[in-house]
Amino acid sequence: MKKRSITLTAYFLLLFVPIYWMVITSLKTDVEILQSFTLFPRKITFENYREIFTSEVWRSSFINSITYVLLNVVMTLMAAIPAAYAFSRWKFRGDHHLFFWLLTNRMAPAAVFMVPFTELYYMLNIYDTHFAVALAHCLFNLPLTIWILEGFMSGIPKEIDETAFVDGYRFPLFFRSIFLPLIAPGIGVGAFFCFTFSWVELILAKAITLTEAKPVVVTLTVGIGAEGVKWGLLASAGVLTIIPGILVVYFVRNYMAKGFALGRV
Amino acid sequence: MRQRPWLFLLPTLVLMSISAFIPLMAVINYSLHTIFAGSTPEFVGLQNYADVMGDAQFRGALLRQLTFSLLALLIEIPLGVGIALCMPRKGGAVGLSLVLLGIPLLIPYNVVGIVWRLFTQSDIGVIPRFLAVFGYDYNVSLDATDAFMTILLVDVWHWTPLVVLLAYAGLQAIPQTFYQAAEVDGASAWKTFRYVTLPKLRSVLTLGLLIRFMDSFKVYSEPLLLTGGGPGNATTFMSLFVARKAEAYELGYAGASSIIYLYVVIVMSYILFQFINRSPEERRA
Amino acid sequence: MAKIELKSLEHRYASSRKEKDSFAIEDLNIVWEDGTANALLGPSGCGKTTLLNIISGLIKPTSGSVLFDGVEVNDRPTRERHIAQVFQFPVVYDTMTVFDNLAFPLRNQGKEGNEVEARVNEIMELLDLGSLTAMKASHLNPAEKQIVSLGRGIARKDTVALLLDEPLTVIDPILKLDLRRKLRLVQQELKLTMIYVTHDQHEALTFADRVTIVRDGFIVQSATPEELFLHPRTPFVGYFIGSPGMNTLRCEKTSDGLEIPGSSLSLPSAIASRADKLKGRIDLGIRPEFVETSAEERSDWNRFTIQMVDHAGAYQVLTLQSGSLQIKARVEDHSISKEGDPMWVNFPSEKTNLYADGERVAP
Repeated sequence: MKKRSITLTAYFLLLFVPIYWMVITSLKTDVEILQSFTLFPRKITFENYREIFTSEVWRSSFINSITYVLLNVVMTLMAAIPAAYAFSRWKFRGDHHLFFWLLTNRMAPAAVFMVPFTELYYMLNIYDTHFAVALAHCLFNLPLTIWILEGFMSGIPKEIDETAFVDGYRFPLFFRSIFLPLIAPGIGVGAFFCFTFSWVELILAKAITLTEAKPVVVTLTVGIGAEGVKWGLLASAGVLTIIPGILVVYFVRNYMAKGFALGRV
Repeated sequence: MRQRPWLFLLPTLVLMSISAFIPLMAVINYSLHTIFAGSTPEFVGLQNYADVMGDAQFRGALLRQLTFSLLALLIEIPLGVGIALCMPRKGGAVGLSLVLLGIPLLIPYNVVGIVWRLFTQSDIGVIPRFLAVFGYDYNVSLDATDAFMTILLVDVWHWTPLVVLLAYAGLQAIPQTFYQAAEVDGASAWKTFRYVTLPKLRSVLTLGLLIRFMDSFKVYSEPLLLTGGGPGNATTFMSLFVARKAEAYELGYAGASSIIYLYVVIVMSYILFQFINRSPEERRA
Repeated sequence: MAKIELKSLEHRYASSRKEKDSFAIEDLNIVWEDGTANALLGPSGCGKTTLLNIISGLIKPTSGSVLFDGVEVNDRPTRERHIAQVFQFPVVYDTMTVFDNLAFPLRNQGKEGNEVEARVNEIMELLDLGSLTAMKASHLNPAEKQIVSLGRGIARKDTVALLLDEPLTVIDPILKLDLRRKLRLVQQELKLTMIYVTHDQHEALTFADRVTIVRDGFIVQSATPEELFLHPRTPFVGYFIGSPGMNTLRCEKTSDGLEIPGSSLSLPSAIASRADKLKGRIDLGIRPEFVETSAEERSDWNRFTIQMVDHAGAYQVLTLQSGSLQIKARVEDHSISKEGDPMWVNFPSEKTNLYADGERVAP
């Protein structure tokens, strides 16, 4: 028992050393970062954060990211919920093949789609918009979310549907007032995965945005290399991009263990 | 009535055709042409595929990629299960542990890049200074092994928590009775793990193995930000390779290598899935 | 096999919120003789499973001792107690064959080769598992799984006792009979000390030589099925055993003898005189089977009205009313009873139990 908690503590320490390092770097002056090696800032400075909060570029890219991430979560769920219902409740011609084809998209490397996305979105005149990024991220999020939700829905006996219809429920009412509450944990988990992926994704977000919808993840990489690396600034931007993640994790922590098994344990 | 499933699938099909089917067709189309900026594409059949297969750089990247994914799985799966076994089963520590595990998963790829650059950079990094104490001269931008191992380390750091979470969910679902029975039967700790825990974890581990395989096969941002694919080609993995070609506007070549790449991922995933979903007895038969 | 003894055993769950409920088991004493089939019977949540887990060592009791053949084993870990346990939900090792499942406990003891094979074959023959030898355990149906876990339990020759925790819960009704028969056969063949936990009185009564009734962590009565039926120690046992359960009538002592409030019942003088020397609250208990009934008027018998007739195959159960008093009677005769008819009723003294403050008083 004792040995286990020691191992676990050691693991968590190792896990958080790099993050700790980033946090303290964000609080150091550039001089301290470059010229000395300190485990704790000699003089804590919030100068880096002040620069980010006052910079129009940083602020707008934070807002851009949040916008397309939320847009993607909504779009994905709207499409995935009915699709997962169809897969979990009905047999139809080609259902297995379709399901597998959807999943293969989850396997597709983003790099493969970089150029065609750019060209397609130029053609559709949505290049460099929030909608375009959200749409592109559906490529990965939709199959995964359908998969997760299908798992959760299959865990709910069909008899529940049948009983509801016998009781005279019409489909939309049944779906809204009985079925959706039952799979709420699944929806939460699905939303969590969409949020995560969309928030961290870099390749596509970079390829299909220029200025209008430029996400914070891209702004971050641009910061590298230009006028010598501003490590302190990068570190503080890094810290700020982690915060939404921590908030999300905190809110879904009770579903997390179950959700990561995708309801298939 | 017959159309009802398709009605429910309609939004998915529309979204997926825009974000998956049409782009895929476009990639296939590129792969059959020679394309130069400004000129009309020329149809060349399977020539691009032949070029890709004959390209030592491509084969190098593929081999490197396979090695990388294999090593990542070999480390992350056992480590993840091991850590999951150390997790508390109830009480307040559970929530905290879960949140801590979730955090690395939600760090954007390029922030991971930043975190680790701060950590590994030869002038300001922690690792070079630490290893220097032992007389080891660590340098990601000069030493191929250092670079490869560093990317591997980052992947392990970033993604083992996912395996832990999966394994933990699996562990929680094993009824206590099974452990009681093993105890009554006089099984040792190892045998209990081997015959009770592991078999019960199979379905979640299958899932973890698949997800980790697919994702490690797509590794892109880490080498891009940490090593730029170097030194030499030591960390040029498949995604980076394809993206480089696309950025250089060698679209025909990039398209063909993309298709081969996609094909390898799908086939490997499928084989992996079949393999682990079959028990030893059945395989023998 | 061994004799199993529990001495002034107590167990408390640490996390219990309410003081009163925090005792799962309180001051419990019992002996199960070597080679006997015993049942632990009681409503769900009465502490039966806790008791089994204490015997096998999966739970450490708060105080008191567990003895095997007179030797205290409190500090002996589960794996050294040589207990066999069959759980409510079948536990098999999914990845192993039936053969390997049965061999598992033997191999854990370091046994190998022919010795293991001979013993496993013996067990498989006993349990009719021969055709399933090479089958993977995950492919078995629940009943077969339960038989395999039983077999695993008895494979070791040094097994001290076989504990079964509601082993038939998840088994199809048709297979239940078969499994119960096998259990009984194995018990007799191997002279096992067997403790069988159940909440089903039918299972307990047909299966065990001795049935122990547990309620809220206390032993209410431990006796042969016949004794439980004829002389239940408390009204609870009388009601819990039998279908329908015993009629319990609250009595009051008066100057004339014994009266039942709310009715004008007159009791036979034999019963009244037995009550003479009793103190405290007095209850009268009589089983529906022993209530004498007559459709024709009989002197000295009491007149009731038939409220309800429940047909139960070979017999019927009458609900009879007199004043505010209701009793049940079991009659074999089908022809006479109709709801609303009068019925004359007698309580034969020798079949009637009297309880003073909830405890049976021997006549």
